[in-house]
Amino acid sequence: MNVFDVMGPIMVGPSSSHTAGAVKIGYTARKLMREEIKEAKIYLHGSFLLTGKGHGTDKALIAGLLGMMPDDERIPNSFSYAKESGLEYEFEGIELRDAHPNSVMLKLVGIQGNKMEIIASSIGGSSIVINQIDGVEADITAAYPTLIIRNIDQPGHVSMVTSLLSKYGINIATMKIQRNKRGGNAVMIIECDQEVPSELLVLLSNAEGVKKVTYVNAVEA
Amino acid sequence: MSFRSLAEILNKCKKEDKPFWRVVLEDDMEERLVTEEESFEKMKQLYMAMKGADIAYEEGLSSTSGLVGGDGARMGRALSEGKTLAGPFMGEVMSKALKMGESNACMKKIVAAPTGGACGVIPAVLLTYEEQFGAFLQQMIEAMYVAAGIGQVIAVRAFISGAAGGCQAEIGSASAMAAGALAYLNGGDGECITHAAAMSLKNLMGLACDTVAGLVEIPCVKRNVGGAVVAISSADMAVAGIRSQIPPDEVIDAMREVGESLPRTLRETGEGGLAATPRGIEIKNKLMS
Repeated sequence: MNVFDVMGPIMVGPSSSHTAGAVKIGYTARKLMREEIKEAKIYLHGSFLLTGKGHGTDKALIAGLLGMMPDDERIPNSFSYAKESGLEYEFEGIELRDAHPNSVMLKLVGIQGNKMEIIASSIGGSSIVINQIDGVEADITAAYPTLIIRNIDQPGHVSMVTSLLSKYGINIATMKIQRNKRGGNAVMIIECDQEVPSELLVLLSNAEGVKKVTYVNAVEA
Repeated sequence: MSFRSLAEILNKCKKEDKPFWRVVLEDDMEERLVTEEESFEKMKQLYMAMKGADIAYEEGLSSTSGLVGGDGARMGRALSEGKTLAGPFMGEVMSKALKMGESNACMKKIVAAPTGGACGVIPAVLLTYEEQFGAFLQQMIEAMYVAAGIGQVIAVRAFISGAAGGCQAEIGSASAMAAGALAYLNGGDGECITHAAAMSLKNLMGLACDTVAGLVEIPCVKRNVGGAVVAISSADMAVAGIRSQIPPDEVIDAMREVGESLPRTLRETGEGGLAATPRGIEIKNKLMS
């Protein structure tokens, strides 16, 4: 809790959780996709479904998917910007299990054909959590620069990643490691205190055993 | 490290012989690993954005429900025609509070302080103070730190969201933050600042969050006026030497206890209070159809 969690952010109204938080969810999802989004199926849950329309949650999510930040004054007109940039979207209601009241599931397709499924929640103020990415528990907040590294579950990959990070002077704030089965697919989710330079991202992507590297800068606001 | 009590901030003021705002600023430097200039610049940006939002008010806008808009301008006209009892300072504060609340409801850019629903209280009193008392920008940013320090303690010790603690946690907290800032601007020391905040919270304790149709419109916009006016009276009482007989940190604890005992229907569910009146339900049904 710092003073700027209480004072600010600068945002388009009316609600920090239902509007600003929703923009951040869309924005973070787009960052995770690392390409423009062509198709978005958006499933609203709980209070997002019940009061989302009146809070502009729908416009906010689309704005974020288009790369707008919570203080972007184009947010109220995001639907027409979506049309201009060829983003097709659909909204539906959903009942997600054990989800925060302000939650949404996004099924995204990028212009290069990448697909991603994300479940995210706006948890108060404009703080958000990305709960799941493609069925894997992520729990990232986008408050820190975050690395998501998918690798083969073999000895040595974690120490390789952490030593590369330390070589570049990057301190790890939090780190989570999961796998689906022994020797199967594993994922490291690393929140860092410093931004990760693109040179290091390339090194990590090409490292042995690494299948995919996704990186999200901290989302200010 | 966040401050867990106002007393902790005051102790540090005394021990290090520093004003309230500086103790809060130095804590931010430590917490976020930033320089004094970086922290100050960020706070200044928020204040300038408040100013920008006040200027950007548009009388003709209306909200999603169509029920909010134009009242800030109405209040401003009454003031310039000399029809208000409140007089030039409080009248302008009321007008500005309405304008900011309306801008928020109409999806314009505002500064959450501490929330979107309560975004009118702090800019209303601070911008009007700067305009009418000719304060320096430096002092205004210092006042923002005073407000933020109070808000941070309330957030850690109780809550600042309507869903968690009712409107007292949003408008009440904003009012306490604004009262402390005004007391500082008007010459109050650290102790005076905390008592101004306490008196605001006491006056708004128990306020329910009963938003019609669950939207940040009715009654949120007009409650910004209530919060701002209570902040002025609390700051004036504190500067006059009046003290809260209940210590400020204990007032915050009481606010928490009251918030926790508020029924769910009065915590941003849009199911109780004004939301449950025949007219409130009618508005909701109309919006849903």
